Amino acid sequence: MSHEAVRVDPDMEYLTPGVVDLEQMFWTGLGATYTHCNQVWPNLYIGDKKTALEKPGLVEMGVTHIINAAEGTWNNVSTEMIHSLFLVNPSGDIFLEKHWKSVVSRSVCDYFLEAREKALDPEDVPPVISTPHHYLISIYRDKLFFLSVIQTEVPPLFVIEFLHRVAEMIQDYFGECSETVIKDNVVMVYELLEEMLDNGFPLATESNVLKEMIRPPTILRSVVNTLTGSSNVGDKLPTGQLSTIPWRRAGVKYTNNEAYFDVVEEIDAILDRTGTTVFAEIQGVVEACVKLSGMPDLTLSFMNPRLLDDVSFHPCVRYKRWESERVLSFIPPDGNFTLMTYHVNAQNLVAIPVYVKHSINFFESGSGGRLDLTVGPKQTMGKTVEGVLVTVHMPKTVLSVSLNATQGSYTYDNATKVLVWDIGKLNPQKLPNLRGSLSLQTGAPKPEENPSLNIDLKIQQLAISGLKVNRLDMFGEKYKPFKGVKYITKAGKFQVRM
Amino acid sequence: MEWANQLCENRQFGSKMTDSKYFTTTKKGEIFELKAELNSDKKEKKKEAVKKVIASMTVGKDVSALFPDVVNCMQTDNLELKKLVYLYLMNYAKSQPDMAIMAVNTFVKDCEDPNPLIRALAVRTMGCIRVDKITEYLCEPLRKCLKDEDPYVRKTAAVCVAKLHDINAQLVEDQGFLDTLKDLISDSNPMVVANAVAALSEIAESHPNSNLLDLNPQSINKLLTALNECTEWGQIFILDCLANYAPRDDRESQSICERVTPRLSHANSAVVLSAVKVLMKFMEMLPKDLDYYGTLLKKLAPPLVTLLSAEPELQYVALRNINLIVQKRPEILKHEMKVFFVKYNDPIYVKLEKLDIMIRLASQANIAQVLAELKEYATEVDVDFVRKAVRAIGRCAIKVEQSAERCVSTLLDLIQTKVNYVVQEAIVVIKDIFRKYPNKYESVIATLCENLDSLDEPEARAAMIWIVGEYAERIDNADELLESFLEGFHDESTQVQLQLLTAIVKLFLKKPTETQELVQQVLSLATQDSDNPDLRDRGYIYWRLLSTDPVAAKEVVLAEKPLISEETDLIEPTLLEELICHIGTLASVYHKPPSAFVEGSRGVMHKRLPARTGSGESTESPDVGTIAGGSGTETAPSIIPSQGDLLGDLLNLDLAPPTTTGPPPPTSGMQMGGMDLLGGGLDSLMGDESEPLGGDIGGSAAMGAGFGAVPAVMPASLNAPMGGGLGDLFDLGGGVGMPLGAYIPPKTVWLPAMKAKGLEISGTFARRAGVIQMELTLTNKAMSVMTDFAIQFNRNSFGLAPAGPLQVLSPLSPNQTIEVSLPLSTVGPVMKMEPLNNLQVAVKNNIDVFYFSCQYPISMLFVEDGKMERQVFLATWKDIPNENESQFQIKDCHLNSDAASNKLQASNIFTIAKRTVEGQDMLYMSIKLSNGIWVLAELRVQTGNPNYTDLEISVKCRAPEVSQCVFQCCEAVLKN
Repeated sequence: MSHEAVRVDPDMEYLTPGVVDLEQMFWTGLGATYTHCNQVWPNLYIGDKKTALEKPGLVEMGVTHIINAAEGTWNNVSTEMIHSLFLVNPSGDIFLEKHWKSVVSRSVCDYFLEAREKALDPEDVPPVISTPHHYLISIYRDKLFFLSVIQTEVPPLFVIEFLHRVAEMIQDYFGECSETVIKDNVVMVYELLEEMLDNGFPLATESNVLKEMIRPPTILRSVVNTLTGSSNVGDKLPTGQLSTIPWRRAGVKYTNNEAYFDVVEEIDAILDRTGTTVFAEIQGVVEACVKLSGMPDLTLSFMNPRLLDDVSFHPCVRYKRWESERVLSFIPPDGNFTLMTYHVNAQNLVAIPVYVKHSINFFESGSGGRLDLTVGPKQTMGKTVEGVLVTVHMPKTVLSVSLNATQGSYTYDNATKVLVWDIGKLNPQKLPNLRGSLSLQTGAPKPEENPSLNIDLKIQQLAISGLKVNRLDMFGEKYKPFKGVKYITKAGKFQVRM
Repeated sequence: MEWANQLCENRQFGSKMTDSKYFTTTKKGEIFELKAELNSDKKEKKKEAVKKVIASMTVGKDVSALFPDVVNCMQTDNLELKKLVYLYLMNYAKSQPDMAIMAVNTFVKDCEDPNPLIRALAVRTMGCIRVDKITEYLCEPLRKCLKDEDPYVRKTAAVCVAKLHDINAQLVEDQGFLDTLKDLISDSNPMVVANAVAALSEIAESHPNSNLLDLNPQSINKLLTALNECTEWGQIFILDCLANYAPRDDRESQSICERVTPRLSHANSAVVLSAVKVLMKFMEMLPKDLDYYGTLLKKLAPPLVTLLSAEPELQYVALRNINLIVQKRPEILKHEMKVFFVKYNDPIYVKLEKLDIMIRLASQANIAQVLAELKEYATEVDVDFVRKAVRAIGRCAIKVEQSAERCVSTLLDLIQTKVNYVVQEAIVVIKDIFRKYPNKYESVIATLCENLDSLDEPEARAAMIWIVGEYAERIDNADELLESFLEGFHDESTQVQLQLLTAIVKLFLKKPTETQELVQQVLSLATQDSDNPDLRDRGYIYWRLLSTDPVAAKEVVLAEKPLISEETDLIEPTLLEELICHIGTLASVYHKPPSAFVEGSRGVMHKRLPARTGSGESTESPDVGTIAGGSGTETAPSIIPSQGDLLGDLLNLDLAPPTTTGPPPPTSGMQMGGMDLLGGGLDSLMGDESEPLGGDIGGSAAMGAGFGAVPAVMPASLNAPMGGGLGDLFDLGGGVGMPLGAYIPPKTVWLPAMKAKGLEISGTFARRAGVIQMELTLTNKAMSVMTDFAIQFNRNSFGLAPAGPLQVLSPLSPNQTIEVSLPLSTVGPVMKMEPLNNLQVAVKNNIDVFYFSCQYPISMLFVEDGKMERQVFLATWKDIPNENESQFQIKDCHLNSDAASNKLQASNIFTIAKRTVEGQDMLYMSIKLSNGIWVLAELRVQTGNPNYTDLEISVKCRAPEVSQCVFQCCEAVLKN
């Protein structure tokens, strides 16, 4: 007669946690202290190797039997930085794996997938997850998870930065970073990954160096390659690789020499109910597209460099010159690159370009409510605000909305409870308004939580911090380049509390 | 960039051209087909076939069966094909070691190729082939490549040494590759330097004691030069390596800081954080009054803020590290509160971290803003986040006294929302606020009681019950309320049951007349109807207490509770120091020392922040003796005079007991807080930064981790006051049954009055009823009154630490002498001392801080349960190697074996067996030290010959260092 399984009473207060929960507790719980041996149940201990080898201690505890649950491979510790990389799509399928040393079973990803299941949004998956023998460090980007497996103490930022670099490289090579594109170019991606990392050490992550090693696909080249059988793998050592300016290759030649700079600023802000700024800062970036022959040495100066609170530079920028003179002096990489990013967070300097008049009320009876939104320009320095998009995360019980927009159109997604109002250009004479009624699930109580409103916008020809490029000079080459600067302001994380 | 479209806009080329075609072969004989194609004569077909094989590999298909066919394609002048084959080789060589040998020749040949790219490719790939058999063939090519004329090849070869070391460490050492690698640190090319550093660091990790990365001012200079020129990844390796260097003095420290600071402006956040680590570490050595120190503090803030605008994953790691940084140096980010304000669309893991840091930064100056934000968060959607926000409000109240009132009213507002989980969370934190500010906010109890029915979480219910019990006299219907809970007693969780039991007993002691029935009911529920031992035992104790001596019961149950501290959530300082040294690593993300979770080859090296050393002072042999100006002698008691500005910092130490009205909380968190201030100071005297913990003494690293985390579990839990009371009770009970008469050495003068401005301290140590006591006699030989006594110990071999404050309640007037007994615990920080039983003590009074050191008899660490089973003794004795055995002689001891045994027993040295052989009594004894170390001893007493009065003793222990001390104790015990 077979034994019946012991039924666990679901109403019992103590539920045995699963392995993942236990680990989670082990790593994050304040209560758990690391000891060699723990009594986890009357007369049942979990201990480590040290405990198991000390017989007197065991006898003292009254241990009669030991079950060895240690995994054997642990001694084979590899000191590799990044052991393996898995690419995972949003539905949890692993569609590419790359191992830099030994092959790690993809079952290691189960821990990650479990965390993925638990998280409400893919964005909420914790970036560092520990498993018994590995750490999983992941990023979520372009709707894909880049999941790396590491085994030893490695700077996590190192890994995360590298993963972002991989994503950027794919974007750079193939124009977009998506599952389809990666699958279409799997061999090349594989070759690139091999080129980027050697034994866990990043090898070549500069786009121009990589492109000399492995040429990016073009229609022409793939046709030629198929016809002639030549390959798209460079057979010469990239020139920039070892010079003190690894970011630039030698012998660049253009018929039209041009250098363009985009100053792009994003406003991160939180406004409270009354429209007062709770917090605001500007994240700026200077993107460059430089197509200049030879070895040009550029100097870019600003009218008001003291505005910037913190800066970080592309490695090409000479830091000393910036420290002493506040000018950007550099030999540029060829093509597109990010010259610098900066940060302005002095509150008074941050102009808020739009205001929102909003009211949202739910009836006490709980059957529904009313919404009224008006958006208008504020400190825009005389420029037009375009691409205005308002996103409202509604309370969970809002079933549907019936609204009327004086400008633009709106959509309401009942699954995500997100109301999106696409306004477009803001006309100061005729302010756009969205109003109407909200209906709640029948029987649902009046929602407690306050919805939050996010704004997207764009202002051309304006850097909202007031940053202005003064001049750009070129040394080291004879020709006269064509130069251009453009300013754009966008909303970053621009949030209005309702 | 809008007008400048990508050079290679290439999304749309026909599907025929893409690699997805490699996935379409799903027919049966796929492998077979591939095999045929691989062996084709046509180059192009071959290449296509290899590509198909690689494609299968990337999606996890096993194509190892094709090994020989793929390897056959290796000898080609087509670089792409070669690379593809190499890719394949790396993946499968291990599973086909015999076949892999086929590839050796090609590697050797390729390493001589005129094209450096091919040479480098070959050396790189062969390092990835983890097959023992072929590694030795690779040594020669590798040696050549390490000296190659092309830096690209050298740099690749440097990494290959690390790979090879991982496969066969001995081989690498025998072949002298390590020396070659060290030479590469001086290479002219910065990329080669960076890779050599990376490779050496990696190898050094598996040899914790080797001196591979011999960092000296010259090599540091080379590294700093290379730092400016090498790639971002190389910079990370170099910075991490720099962080392990111990600068000689503050000047060197400053110059390194100056050269590292530009890295804070790097676009790569990993470089930034590694630079922050170096700066945080070296800053420790700079004098605080230095201008540069202030400049550096200012420079650190902006890059940390910038990290928070990066991708969320980077933000998360940055926030975990910032959490450490604000604990260590709150001044850096004290003005940057706003950047930690939570945005609606931050991922939850970022939100929770930001909240934590907001509380750490909360101060009187910004509390209004913080509270407004927290209140905002309490209405958000995400339940976990809301809960944590409510809790944060409570923590603010406890942290910033001035804000307590506002916090309480905010919490009351939140309770009015009637959102269930908000109310429950608010009640839990209000309970803590009551414990911090007694007799201030009890007026809100009525409001809380209104919500009694909506509480369904054990923690909230327990909190509410605690409040009702604690303030029973102010709540008219307290008995009704508690009675209502009692109805469902069996369905409650243990937490609630325990709390209910205590609350009703409190109520009974306050209003005995009306509640007799209630208390009987709960006692019987707890003792008779429950099978939970905790509950039962607590019930019995109350019962006994109430029935024997209600007055005593009142004293125990209604004892004044220690105030809870705001600091309970802080990381213990020694751990914090260690974590600061690990900024940017996994340890910093988990807030655990690496030794607690990274196992394997890495040794248990504890990193500590460097101590501040002035450039004028010598650090060549920085032991106590030299700094004490030669006056310190080897023997105890030695005095460490406070001289020069080196001790200047120490004098300002805040050793004062916490300024609280009740007895200070005996949480170890508090103790350790004080401890480390002093510990760090004394360390700088000791100067010995790198000495790892003795593996045997005081437990391993893991034990250290245990200590580190202890304070974290100490925050004012509901049970704390009760637990304390019960603890005392048990101790008393235990004390009566214990045999008294353990050997106590006579008091000796530890601190002569002339060295301590009139304070004379003499003392001894005793173990009474299982509690270690430091017994002190304080004599005031000065002219003025002494007050405000406090005591701290430096870290010591067995983790001795005061278990309570020094109880000198009344001021000590001139010529007055008092006796004080200070209970000691053994859960303090551990550091091996020389001699082992040395203890460095600092005593403070209103006049000054004084330092002295003394030696304690190790016998006071012998625990009461040190009696080993015979069988175990036998096994252990055999198990301990003979070289751990030491022999000693005790001369002129007129004791027979029974008398000796009795004497020893009184000091917890237990005789397990006795044997008489040829006129000799052999006593076998066991001792257990408080840290779990067992010491076994054999004592030989001559019985036949009355003239022969020497005893012989052999001591065996896994930690032979303690033998000498143990012997000294035995001698002292037997002779007294």
